[in-house]
Amino acid sequence: MQRNGPIALAFHSLVVVFMLAPMVVVCLVAFTPENTLAMPWNGLSLRWFGAVFHHGDFMSSFGNSVRLALLAATISTLFAVPAALAITRYEFRGREALNALFLSPLIIPHLVLGVAFLRLFSLMGMGGSFGWLVATHAIVVTPYTLRLILASLTSMDRNAENAARTLGAAEWTVFRRITMPLMLPGISGGWLLAFINSFDELTMSIFVTSPSTVTLPVRMYMYASESIDPMMAAVSTLMIALATVTMIVLDRLFGLDRLLVGKG
Amino acid sequence: MMGAQTSAIKPRLLAPFALSGPATLFFIGLVLLPLLLTIILSFNSYDYTAGIQGDFTFANYLTVLQDEYYLSTFWRTLRLALLTTVITVLIGVPEAYVLSNMRKPWRSIFLLVVIGPLLVSVVVRTFGWSMLLGKNGFVNGALAIVGLDPVQLLYTETAIVIGLVHIMLPFMVIPVWTVLQKLDPTVEAAALTLGASRFTALRRIVFPQAALGILSGSLIVFALSASSFAIPGLLGGRRLKMAATLVYDEFLIELNWPLGATIAIIVLVANLVIMLAYNRLIERQAKRKLG
Repeated sequence: MQRNGPIALAFHSLVVVFMLAPMVVVCLVAFTPENTLAMPWNGLSLRWFGAVFHHGDFMSSFGNSVRLALLAATISTLFAVPAALAITRYEFRGREALNALFLSPLIIPHLVLGVAFLRLFSLMGMGGSFGWLVATHAIVVTPYTLRLILASLTSMDRNAENAARTLGAAEWTVFRRITMPLMLPGISGGWLLAFINSFDELTMSIFVTSPSTVTLPVRMYMYASESIDPMMAAVSTLMIALATVTMIVLDRLFGLDRLLVGKG
Repeated sequence: MMGAQTSAIKPRLLAPFALSGPATLFFIGLVLLPLLLTIILSFNSYDYTAGIQGDFTFANYLTVLQDEYYLSTFWRTLRLALLTTVITVLIGVPEAYVLSNMRKPWRSIFLLVVIGPLLVSVVVRTFGWSMLLGKNGFVNGALAIVGLDPVQLLYTETAIVIGLVHIMLPFMVIPVWTVLQKLDPTVEAAALTLGASRFTALRRIVFPQAALGILSGSLIVFALSASSFAIPGLLGGRRLKMAATLVYDEFLIELNWPLGATIAIIVLVANLVIMLAYNRLIERQAKRKLG
């Protein structure tokens, strides 16, 4: 391993500044006492945070997004666990095709999925319901749950299962006492990635949300493209704080690099 | 009705289908079916008073592929996505290398700094850039302090590329970092001991091994950039459209769904073609390394 020279470190500092700059600016501007997007040179104020909590639309969208992400991640996990078992534990025709189908939301642009869902729902006459929004999000996040569960199943030591079987354990007992506990890190990691991805999803949601089911990213996008006042900065700061807490928790639980980078 | 004989064997054979069945039905109903409906929609014609017609026509594809406005938007999408990919390689690859050379605590801390923004909503980060690049923004403020004239950055292609590079950088750093982690550090050290210059060691030892990571990273970055929505939407303004904002306009403002569907299908097909071609390239590269 080589040490980094001064040029490398200078380059690295620029990259770090570049990555953090927009978020730092957002957090600073959120504390402005002024009515415009200005740096808080003349004292700090929490008035725009107060404004967020009294803004009914933002609060209801936040509620929508949390409920949506909880449901979508859970439903996706319920589909992904048996699917992952089928893919890793059995040889059958169409296995590769199924795997590709379940991972396809990663390859199909969310824009295209959004348009496709909009068309389907308009033909079915059920646009705008929360239940269908949950279904679309469950589709979009399934690649994340599936991939982590698949990884935990393929890296698992099959001898433990075989030993339990040899000792006379029934199939269901083997699954409940051996396989399931060994899958758990993959399931919880996948669920969390699914939750985060659903919570932040914008491009697909903007096509399938209705005024009553608008999610937080969609609400923020609409707000940012129409009016620009410091309230947007305050909401963004709250989101950054939430993401930072999530990041620290994930890092403690799983190691963020392992979760985001894969088995490293 | 199943006979008693076969029922003893059947459960084993049916098990994978029973396990994957629910997910398969879910995906057929909510991925394949909607895509099929969108393809059909793209061949329907649209009348501004009567709405979507149930006919079959290539008119939408001809319109999109002949009209100056749509062509220039596709061209801009392609150009900006390519530019973003190149810049992301130029920044992300050295950064991944610098990160992998760092010592224990710093390495994981700065890896978090570089890939952690993935957890922050794209809307938030793009909003941050719109403040930095705006007419009275902080970049122009800094220019004024140095005594330079303000420049128009927001609502230009430059702004879109800056925003895209910021969002995409983690997607380049992650695969390159993963490859570099597997690299045997003693090989580079050996090259240096044998008298290779730092640059030669990088060029001949590190870079060829990192190539796979760079290839897969640039595929992700290109695909995500070409279909990105929030960045051209917030940093490109009303005038500078990219494919995604164009589709949004057709669907939710113009209400010409068939034309919007046509553009979406073109984006999808272009995406798939580029991915398949690129995957071939990566496989060839991988084979050459193994063989």
